[in-house]
Order: sequence, then C-alpha cells, then structure tokens
Amino acid sequence: MTAQPIMTTSTIATEGVKPRFKMERVNWSGTIVLILCAVTVLLPLYVTISMAFKTQEQARDTSQAFALPAPFSIDGFVAAWNLTNFPVGAAISLFVTAGTVAATIFLAAFASYAIVRNWDNRFFRYSFFYLLAAMFIPFPVVALPQIQLTGQFGLDNPVGVVILATMFQLSFSVLLFTAFLRSIPLELEESARIDGATTWQTFWKLIFPLLAPMSATVGIFAFLYAWNDFMMPSLIISDPALTTLPVRANIFQTQFSNNYNISFASYLMAMAPAIIAYLFTQRWVMEGVTQGAVKG
Amino acid sequence: MSSTTNVVTQGKARHAKRRIEPVYWWMLVPTLVIFTLAITIPGIIGIFYSFTDSIGIGDWEFIGLTNYVALFSDPAVLQSYLFTIGFSLVTVIVVNVLAFLLAVGLTSRIRFKTGLRAIFVIPMVISGIIIAYVFNFLFSNSFTSPDGLLGLPWPEVSILANPDLAWIAIVIVTAWQAIPGTLLIYIAGLLSIPGDVYEAADLDGASKTQTLLRITVPLVFGYVVINFILGFKGFLNAYDIIKGLTDGGPGTATRSIAMTIIGGFTNGDFAYQMANATVFFIIAVLISILQLSLTRGRNAL
Repeated sequence: MTAQPIMTTSTIATEGVKPRFKMERVNWSGTIVLILCAVTVLLPLYVTISMAFKTQEQARDTSQAFALPAPFSIDGFVAAWNLTNFPVGAAISLFVTAGTVAATIFLAAFASYAIVRNWDNRFFRYSFFYLLAAMFIPFPVVALPQIQLTGQFGLDNPVGVVILATMFQLSFSVLLFTAFLRSIPLELEESARIDGATTWQTFWKLIFPLLAPMSATVGIFAFLYAWNDFMMPSLIISDPALTTLPVRANIFQTQFSNNYNISFASYLMAMAPAIIAYLFTQRWVMEGVTQGAVKG
Repeated sequence: MSSTTNVVTQGKARHAKRRIEPVYWWMLVPTLVIFTLAITIPGIIGIFYSFTDSIGIGDWEFIGLTNYVALFSDPAVLQSYLFTIGFSLVTVIVVNVLAFLLAVGLTSRIRFKTGLRAIFVIPMVISGIIIAYVFNFLFSNSFTSPDGLLGLPWPEVSILANPDLAWIAIVIVTAWQAIPGTLLIYIAGLLSIPGDVYEAADLDGASKTQTLLRITVPLVFGYVVINFILGFKGFLNAYDIIKGLTDGGPGTATRSIAMTIIGGFTNGDFAYQMANATVFFIIAVLISILQLSLTRGRNAL
C-alpha cells in the first residue's frame, strides 16, 4: 500500500537540478516578486522583535508599531521573564518536547520493526492497522474523556502531555518507519544473525542506525508538534505553574494586555528556540516535511 | 506485501506456525497497551457518554439518541460546522494557489534561491497561538485607519471586531502558517519533473503560460490532491489560531467545531458535545477514506 519514496532525499535543499534551458539567465522580475512576498513573512517577525526591545512608553504608541525601538530596552524581557516564570516554562517545554521526540522515535521504531518482521502473523499485521487508525482521530474528538482520565490517574501534568502527544504521533511515525523498513533487505540482518547476534542486538547495532534518516523526519514532526502546540497542554495540564511556553503567553491576552513590550518579549522568547533550531537544521526540516507529507 | 519470515530459523512453508521471539512482543505490546489506554478507551468512553445526559461529573442516565437529535437542530452547532467547513474550503484554496505560485517561483532561475526558501519556511516552525497573538496586535492596532500602514484606506475598526469580516483575518493567519508545508511539497513535485520535458516544450515553441498549464500543472496534479486533502483535514481541526485571534468571537461568529467541543467541559454540556465529537469523528474518517481512495492508485506518491 505504501509506495517507494518519490525522490532521493537531496533534491529539496541542494541545487543539483539540471539546467532546464541552455540559456542561464537570472529571472530578476521573479526574484523581486519573491523578495516582496518574503517581506510578508518577515514583517510580523520584525514587529515582534522591535516591539520586544521597546520601552513601555514607546510600545504603547501603537500607531508607530513599525518604528524601530528608540532607545533599545530590555525591560520587556526582564518583566516577561518574571511574569511568565520563563525558566520554568522553558524547562517544561523542553521536557515535553524532548520526551515526545524521544518516545515517538523509540516506540515507533520498536513497533515498526516488530510489525514488519512478523508481518505474516495476524496479531502483528492487525496491530499495524490498529495503530494507523488513530490518524483518523482529531484530538478534539477524544480530548474531553482524556482530560477526565488524565485527571483521575494523576497525569494532568507534563508527563501526561508527553504520553498523549507521543500516542498521537505514533500512527504517522509507524507508517513512515514501516515503509522504510520494508526497503531494507533482509540479507543485511542474516549476516549479523549468523554471527550470533540476538534480535535485540541486531536491532540496535544494525537496524536502528539504518533508520536514522527516517528517525530525523519523525523527530522533526514530533518536535514541531510538541514545542508549538497550545491546545493539548492548555487542556491537559491543570496546574498553571506547570504549563508550557505557548500556554504561558496567554496571560498577556488576559491580564497584562496593554504591556506590549512585555508581551512581545514573551512571544519572542517562546518562538526563538524553534526558529534557531530550524535555521541550523533547515535542510532536514525541508526534506522531512516533504517525505512525511507525501507518505501521510 | 511480501511476507518477511525469520530467515535464519524458519523456512517459508512453516511461517504460519512459527514461534515469535519474545523480544518482538516486548517491542510492540507495551506501546499497544498505552495506545489503547490513551486513545481508544477515551474514544469509547466519549461515544458511550454521547448517549447519556452526563455533565462530566456525577450521576448520569441513558437518554438514547436525544443528544444526536438535538445536535442536528442546534443553530450554534450548525453555525460552527458551517463556519469551520467554509473557512477550511477558502483557506485550502488560498493556501494551495499561493503555495503553488511560490513554488514555481522558487524553482525558477531566481537569485537568492536558498535564502528565500529558508525564509518562506519559517512560519511553519512558529507556534500557531503565538503567531495569532502577534497578528491579533497587528489587526487591532496597525491595520486600522487613520494611522494605518502606508496611508492606504484601512477599516476604521479592527476587522477582528467585525462579525462579518473576522473570518478573513483567520484565513490570512492560517494561510500564513500553512503555506510553508504546502510549498515544500509543491517544490518537491516540481523538482521531480524531468528537465527534458521542458526542453521539448521549448523546442515546440510553447509559451510560458502554455508550459505551466499544459505540462507543469498536470504533472504535479497528484501533489495538488494530497495538499488539498491534507490541508482541508488539518483546517477542520482549527483551534490555536482562532483562539489567539478572536477566541471564537465576535459573539460566536468564528467558533470552530474544535472550540465548540472543547467548550463542553466548562459549559456543562459534556455528553452533548461528545455526540458532537462523534459526528465530527465520522466526518474525519470519511475524509480520510476519500484521501486513501484518491491517493492509493497513484504510484507516483
């Protein structure tokens, strides 16, 4: 049912495309149009950064939202740091994200390997379809009973979010891993087994390293979901002191709505880690999204 | 689907009765158990409560299909479905048209290609609720006259406060965030078209527009289908961006299905919203089946 990857992984980020015409003329009008489009991406980011560095007085003058900060002030960051209890929020966001990414990669890789190597067994085969079925379920559909249950089992905290987020990521990740595992020839494992390796050792020494490109894709999806999500942590985590960064930014909508420099400083601090991580890994992010979406 | 037997110990003929190594059970079963507890059981509980009058806590009684009957004549629910489906349709069209045009641009012979691609992907990595807060500020303060941007005639009042126009803001912000993912898939599709197809078209004297409509569009049509269905399915769940922009308002003009269901916990209509969730689930399944049937035959994908 799953097709082979439609393309080699390098096509997106690299410029290895054959020139289509003999004449290599730079399309300047196209370049200019795209630069103008890029401004619409950068403008909200510019506003966020410049507002965050303004003084409270300057930020209040909302008619000058696009003006540069004069003078530069980090008061907003100091206040946002304290009001959102940023170190705790960041630590919880980090925990939820790292936990979801790691758990998704390991559990999905284990499950996929067991399923693919025992496809002839009905239980394993049906498990695959069972796990896949969750792709049809939007979170809001099961959210209310999940809020009840996590509350009853003492999981209305970041640990509960990690478990739920991992389980929602599982379907898609198992789909990616199983497709990839089917393309790994069984002969590779034979030699390891002849040398006396157990299944467990074969998995760790041979298969898991081979899965690395797919693990990166699975990890990127889990990262983007877990770091950025608002709905699940805001509903599952009952103690406001234990919420993630996106949920914490909420207080500027309700309690401190006119302190724009503080709220934008908090927005910037919430979005910056993901943007910085993206800038360092953009190649893999671009490849990952393409591979993942085409499969899904 | 080729069967993959344990080649070292067993022959293919006996695979049906082959003993499965315990380690495989350990790799799969604990995950299945957690999965069942985390997703399946809540789903079953939800469907169960949809036939009761539960408010989330305390006693309840079976009331049969009463919730479902009430659901289909509830203007609030109907409005949230109409809004969500309408918003999803408009957004999926806006996103795909813009993403396709950008992808054509980003795969043509432009300068700063790598840098521009990197910039266009940024919105994808930012939290929807944070994006919504930033745009909320812009819509409320900057995109209003008389002090608006560039001296253009902007509305006197923020469009977020206008029940007839607030949805436009939601479309804009959702599109802003959703275009990167769609764009990347189109870039992949465009790059998979072999260059000699274009060379041949060029030799035959095809114009740029003809090349685009007669060659590019048909060749990436599989990607168009994927992007439309994935996009539509995703937008139906809209929550974060609407929460941050309008919080469903003004009034209930922009309440999505997800917001209506989630509201069931605080509004005391728990069982009623579980019926709503069940209906929503059925719709999601139907769309997924459509997706499978449309994409299955396409070996290119």
